[in-house]
Amino acid sequence: MMSFQPVLLWTDVLLWLLLGCGVGLGIVSAHTLRQAWSRLGKNTVAMATATLLSAFLLVGLLDSLHYRERLPPAPGEVRVVYGVEVRSVLDGLLRQLREQSEKTYSAPFATRLYAKETLETPAGPVQGYPRLKYGGAHLGEHEAKRDKDVLQRAFASGVLAFLLWLGLAAGLTALLARRQGASHHETWQAIWQGETAFAWRGVLLALGGLLLVFLPMALWAGDYHVLGTDKVGQDVFYQVLKSIRTALVIGLVTTLVMLPLAVVLGIVAGYFRGWADDLIQYVYTVLNSIPGVLLIAAAVLMMQVLIDTHPQWFATAAERADLRLLALCVILGMTSWTGLARLLRGESLKLRELEYIQAARAFGVSSARIIGRHLLPNLMHIVVIALVMDFSSLVLAEAVLSYVGIGVDPSMISFGTMINNARMELGREPVVWWSLAAAFVFMFVLVLSANLFADAVRDAFDPRLD
Amino acid sequence: MPSTPVSTEALLAVRGLSLAIQKTGPGRPRQVPAVTDLGFAIKPGETLALVGESGCGKSLSALALMRLLPPAIRITAGQVRFQGRELLDLPEAAMRELRGRGMAMIFQEPATSLNPVLTVGAQIGEVLLRHAALEGRNLDGRAVRERVEALLRQVGIADPARRLDEYPFQFSGGMKQRVMIAIALAAEPQLLIADEPTTALDVTVQAQILDLLAKLQAERGMAMLLITHDLGIVARMAHRVGVMYAGQLVELASREAFFQAPAHPYSQALFAALPEAVARGQRLKALAGQVPALAAMPAACRFAARCERRQPVCETEAPGLMPVGDEGGVRCHFPGPRPGSAAVEILPVPLPALPVAARPLLEIEALKVHFPIRKGFLQRVCGHVRAVDGVSLELSPGRTLALVGESGCGKTTVAKALMQLLPRSGGEVRWQGTLIEAKDKRQIQALRRKMQMVFQDPFASLNPRMRVGDILLEGMLALGVAASAEAGRPACVALLEQVGMKAEALERYPHEFSGGQRQRIAIARALAVAPQLLLCDEPTSALDVSVQAQILNLLRDLQAELKVAYLFITHNFAVVEYLAQEVAVMYLGRVVEQGPVEQVLTAPAHPYTEALLSAVPRISGGRPILRLQGETPSPAHPPEGCHFHPRCPKALEQCRNAYPPLRPLPGGVQVACHLAC
Repeated sequence: MMSFQPVLLWTDVLLWLLLGCGVGLGIVSAHTLRQAWSRLGKNTVAMATATLLSAFLLVGLLDSLHYRERLPPAPGEVRVVYGVEVRSVLDGLLRQLREQSEKTYSAPFATRLYAKETLETPAGPVQGYPRLKYGGAHLGEHEAKRDKDVLQRAFASGVLAFLLWLGLAAGLTALLARRQGASHHETWQAIWQGETAFAWRGVLLALGGLLLVFLPMALWAGDYHVLGTDKVGQDVFYQVLKSIRTALVIGLVTTLVMLPLAVVLGIVAGYFRGWADDLIQYVYTVLNSIPGVLLIAAAVLMMQVLIDTHPQWFATAAERADLRLLALCVILGMTSWTGLARLLRGESLKLRELEYIQAARAFGVSSARIIGRHLLPNLMHIVVIALVMDFSSLVLAEAVLSYVGIGVDPSMISFGTMINNARMELGREPVVWWSLAAAFVFMFVLVLSANLFADAVRDAFDPRLD
Repeated sequence: MPSTPVSTEALLAVRGLSLAIQKTGPGRPRQVPAVTDLGFAIKPGETLALVGESGCGKSLSALALMRLLPPAIRITAGQVRFQGRELLDLPEAAMRELRGRGMAMIFQEPATSLNPVLTVGAQIGEVLLRHAALEGRNLDGRAVRERVEALLRQVGIADPARRLDEYPFQFSGGMKQRVMIAIALAAEPQLLIADEPTTALDVTVQAQILDLLAKLQAERGMAMLLITHDLGIVARMAHRVGVMYAGQLVELASREAFFQAPAHPYSQALFAALPEAVARGQRLKALAGQVPALAAMPAACRFAARCERRQPVCETEAPGLMPVGDEGGVRCHFPGPRPGSAAVEILPVPLPALPVAARPLLEIEALKVHFPIRKGFLQRVCGHVRAVDGVSLELSPGRTLALVGESGCGKTTVAKALMQLLPRSGGEVRWQGTLIEAKDKRQIQALRRKMQMVFQDPFASLNPRMRVGDILLEGMLALGVAASAEAGRPACVALLEQVGMKAEALERYPHEFSGGQRQRIAIARALAVAPQLLLCDEPTSALDVSVQAQILNLLRDLQAELKVAYLFITHNFAVVEYLAQEVAVMYLGRVVEQGPVEQVLTAPAHPYTEALLSAVPRISGGRPILRLQGETPSPAHPPEGCHFHPRCPKALEQCRNAYPPLRPLPGGVQVACHLAC
């Protein structure tokens, strides 16, 4: 009998499917687009950002393997009973972070709460900052030793990170040196000066950065709240890591809904003109002139009513929250295709008059083939740029919608809900800054690396840029 | 030895000017020389023409003189003395004072040189106010307006008081260039730099602008640096000529010396490549190969690889600019007239004259293409642009019909309508006697195997994301000439050989080729389905003279070999003369004159043909000049009566009332003119 029951959420399936499609597409096109892929591999920035993105993706994917734990059998109970809480592999790995909640706000590395309380002392009740239950608990009475302890751990993990990195670099050098039959010194120089066919330099730099940041974090996280705690005392570091999955789902699944609509409608309107163009233009003009938030609010609220009236559909709260997330993605996708469709329509209008498309038409090449072979490849750069821009704006849109109360389920952790909760505390004195700062830094790194990577992809797939 | 002879009383003296492009991007930053050791001088009132093919550095040199180079390009060495002052040492503020007042510039493309949201008057006034302020004068609004009016009148714009309040879009191309000239002249510069001032304009308008520039120069005693690729313009405008090749000045000479006996082999090759210089039926003398890339410039003579007079020393030692006469120079180890003394060497193989077949290949009868003009919310049709309005033509197998006219006359529309790229509004098309129905898909598809098109711009006509092999295969696969990509491959290799390219090109992308090579690929693509008729839409107008000669030769060879007929669309009479047996001249959507080339070009019957022919700047002088006023009107509102009468110097009363029918004249010529009978 298994000690857990796997749970398949809709967004899990879609996320893994997207990953599979991405990898599949990469393999299928590996031969025909070999030059483009190798150009991408040569780009140091691309490889560094790809490493960072893979780290994000890894966290997101670990958070997309869900299960329910088996409950210890109650006396007299013969059936196997599973807990109502759906956990992910990431939750399992971060059990300590998840479970060590304080009472309310505490600053990063704090040993005491951020709010005054009435403390019972032998001398009677006193207003003061109570000790945290978990943060710095190992120090016991010696709170003053905290700084030293933190620095010691930082130093130790720094050295460890450096050694690990050196080991990685040495292993890689040895491997490459053996494969190419060159000396270790030469190979290392080639890597460091970016002269290898694959930009190992970028990977090593990004890995070094990741190790240097996250190894100390890991070493601290056991005994401190590295990024503080929020209003209900939950660890902010844990929240940030959990938000990554929500951001990825919102960014990627929405794109999946929006992309086919935008590409097909945009190209049809621009290439075929005539009544199809008129119809599509009217549709997106109408869609655009309805305030977006209203439309989304209406759709989300309708969805919410549907969910609330059919409790029998859902075994757990997580499944309910997940359906709402999926619905949000679909709704966002249905309302956000207009911008890209308009861009693609304009570009198709321009391209269809170009002479190479005229030449293809003069050969009687079918419209589908002209679109597939001539139009689409020359529109791809717009699609890639628009996708990345949309990715960041979608993550932000989620925050805004959560603020209005029509975003993700309140029980789901996302950058949006984090920012929304932190928003109220910005006006407070002394200010609670860590929730917002943590969400900001993670989102910033995620969006920036996606942007840089997309730039590199666009350049790599353009044969004119050599 | 001084690299350039410099006259003491020169207005502008350039010595040893070198420019380099700063390359960033992947890899280490490096410098690629763009212009090397440029030296020349211009005296007041003199015109120096800098001639060269695209990419030779002539425009960059002009920008360097104005210190307006883009940031990626640096001046690495040299001196530029203007009125005795060293320009390269001046601070930017002093340089700004000098621009406009000392030297001013006009650019190639008048359409993009004017700000579309400011009135023309405001844009000229801006310059006046700026320079008045520099001189400490105070101009009030009325004074500026009067001055702007005077300037517009000077550059030949009618009714300037009204037009100075108009926006650039209300001006035609030629008028915009006049406005640009007015802006350049506003601060009364001593040197005018004109960078291809007429390249974007039609011949008749080009003639007007060149006249204007010559007149203004004579009135003001202004010096001019004229940058051009057209030897005809040089012959018409320049006092002295500088020829540039691959970033170097290779020859500097007076106009007389240059046109009588060009000393550098490259200059000679330029002349030899001109279609007009060759007797009809001869091959053009095209330069082999192409200009070396900037990054891979040979250290020795840069022309050596293409030079017929090459000796071992040419490939080891770079020649300096040897002085010739007082102010001339030539950068060659073996300068002098071409061996064999004739300026143009004529190859002994004349092309076979083709017999006229009994049955025409393609007959076009009263072809019409009208574009509806739509307005308002419901897109109601409120008028038509009559791009092609009743054109009848006949093409014989293996022969060439040239369709000539200025931009907007509908010549490209004729070709597109024939290819079914645009819907016909009326008229009949017959292929070898069979009527072609525009609706019949199968018939059209069959016609596409017999008739193909070569487009104007080789940079836009090849998909940048497809390999050359796929580009060539596309037509074969679509029309069923080849069953599969593998089956079509040998044919692709053969095609590339036929147009003078190597098989390895198949795996490469279009951007790796030069303009001429790309046009060869485009021709190969059209030939891939073995058509009997090729519609060539200005296939050489985007190319340099020497490359144009290669392509024209190729087209002739292909005609001789494959017996393919051409409908050759062009605005260049020299090309018509060289390639075509018959010619049709179009004006505002209609054919005004058509007939055998010898007849039409030597004794034009229509005043428009005559004007077109006389407007072409030629190196060998020639015909009496018939200048046209104004520009082509819009085909949406053609003038009443004969479309040409408002511009026609010989118009009669009846021309205003009725459009003349196309009437036959002796010699097989047909002409639509009331005066011609």
